[in-house]
Amino acid sequence: MTERRPAAFYWLAAFFALFVLFLYGPMIVIFVLSFQGPQGGLTFPLNGVSLHWFEKLWRGGGIVDIGGAFMRSLKLGGVVMVLTVLLSLSAGLAFRKRFRGSDLLFFVTVASLIVPSIVTSLGIALEFRLLDDFLKAWGPAWLVGGLTTTMGLFTSGLGAHLSWTLPFGLLVMFAIFNRFDHRYEEAARDLGATPWQTLRHVILPIILPSVVGVGLFGFTLSWDEIARSSQAIGERNSLPMELQALTTTVTTPEIYALGTATTGVSFLVIALALAAITFLRARQARHGSDAGQA
Amino acid sequence: MPTPASPAKTQVIPGWLQAMPFALVFLLFFVLPLCFVIMVSFWDYNEYAMLPGFTTRSYTETFEGCWDQLPELCTILKTYVSTAKFCLIVWVATLLIGFTVAYFLAFHVRSLTMQMVLFLICTIPFWTSNVIRMISWIPLLGRNGLINQTLVNAHVIDTPLEWLLFSQFSVALAFIHLFTFFMVVPIFNSMMRIDKTLVEAAYDAGASGWQTLWNLIIPLSKPGIVIGSIFVVTIVMGDFITFGVMGGQQIASAGKIVETRLNALQFPPAAANAVILLAVTLLIIVVLNRIVDVRKEL
Repeated sequence: MTERRPAAFYWLAAFFALFVLFLYGPMIVIFVLSFQGPQGGLTFPLNGVSLHWFEKLWRGGGIVDIGGAFMRSLKLGGVVMVLTVLLSLSAGLAFRKRFRGSDLLFFVTVASLIVPSIVTSLGIALEFRLLDDFLKAWGPAWLVGGLTTTMGLFTSGLGAHLSWTLPFGLLVMFAIFNRFDHRYEEAARDLGATPWQTLRHVILPIILPSVVGVGLFGFTLSWDEIARSSQAIGERNSLPMELQALTTTVTTPEIYALGTATTGVSFLVIALALAAITFLRARQARHGSDAGQA
Repeated sequence: MPTPASPAKTQVIPGWLQAMPFALVFLLFFVLPLCFVIMVSFWDYNEYAMLPGFTTRSYTETFEGCWDQLPELCTILKTYVSTAKFCLIVWVATLLIGFTVAYFLAFHVRSLTMQMVLFLICTIPFWTSNVIRMISWIPLLGRNGLINQTLVNAHVIDTPLEWLLFSQFSVALAFIHLFTFFMVVPIFNSMMRIDKTLVEAAYDAGASGWQTLWNLIIPLSKPGIVIGSIFVVTIVMGDFITFGVMGGQQIASAGKIVETRLNALQFPPAAANAVILLAVTLLIIVVLNRIVDVRKEL
């Protein structure tokens, strides 16, 4: 290839820059507008700069219990993240060997990604409604006394979120293992390591940075999920669902403040994950040659 | 695979057991729910409850008058045609933008670190909230938004444009904004697997840039293009949130029909519409999947 950049490079670079502006521009606008002064409206110009709308959001006056929704989503996101990592990792390891039904399981996983979320959400809602009816009719009194519904954040809601995060988790695991150098574990096996030792001391340390990526998918996808939660979350809404409901009712920059706060959490989690990945990679580079000494 | 040295002490966990928790989640929260959707779509209902039984009432009501009205389209057909139109527009736009971006990243950015950094920049918005990314268009596109202010001040127009927000335009724009990601990632992945020596060979053999692109890069990126297309088309097909928020709750879509029925607590008709939506979506995937074996491409 020639050393000089072809003219096409500059056109494409300009196109790419425009694309990045398209991606981030609108977001930056609402970050700026969330610092509107108390008299400011939903659009430019800025009427002074203040934390008024954040303060209002924090006090929770006027609109729904945002603080509660915030904590609920945070807890759910944490649980979804841990389960996504554990289940995807375990399934990812399973898919490296052939097992009965592996093709079917892969098909179902991809299908879960592609079937419209509203259909899945409706199905989960129906499942729990039917379960409620069944329990009320047949369940023992000590179990179902005073039962209103089995639907909730950590039953139907958790399931709905996992049906969305796990396919991404498995696909990332596939990508990890497709690039995994099998000679490492063969070497470990030749040296007499048990499968558990091979996993614990060879495979896991090598893939750990990518596993952090799986966790990142787990949390952020759950933190922002609406479509699947819409029918299946139970009585108390998650944060993004409250936010969606507010889009039709709130006409002050408060909604931008909420958007900025929510995105702030997303960015914090992304930054933490990327920092962890970088740190783990650097550590691998430092200790790479010492593998197996412990 | 060779067995470990001392099989007596080292029990290998069988694959199906390792995959069991994962599979159980999909059984409970995906496969069974879909079965219930199909089952309930054949139930009867009244104002208060769904009534177990077998009837095709929900389906016949959904398609009521569709045959008699021809060639005039009935509501559901009209909605599906309109949704398909959005699919087509969004597919073309995301494909062109996504392909160009992926092509730039894969073939014009030379250092691997730079490639990864720029790729990450394209990916980060995906990890933030879709609704926030939607409402972030309001200050730009609204009646008093930045674009209208600029155009009015520059005397290009006298009165603010009304079709910028809560319109078909803003719905399509939001889709492109949100989901070009799903094109960039698989196409970039396919392109990164193309052996760069092939491109050099084409160059040495005297192929122009366009010829290389058309005869080499596009055919070899096809798997990524198909995977991206499946994602984008099925997302638009089943969407109800983007249509709702960006269309000001005024634009019908295949997904919104289900939502509307659900808001009225009419579960059997909602389920019937979900089954129809599912069937149409699966049909699209089967057609697209004929072109490429998805699993080989990861």
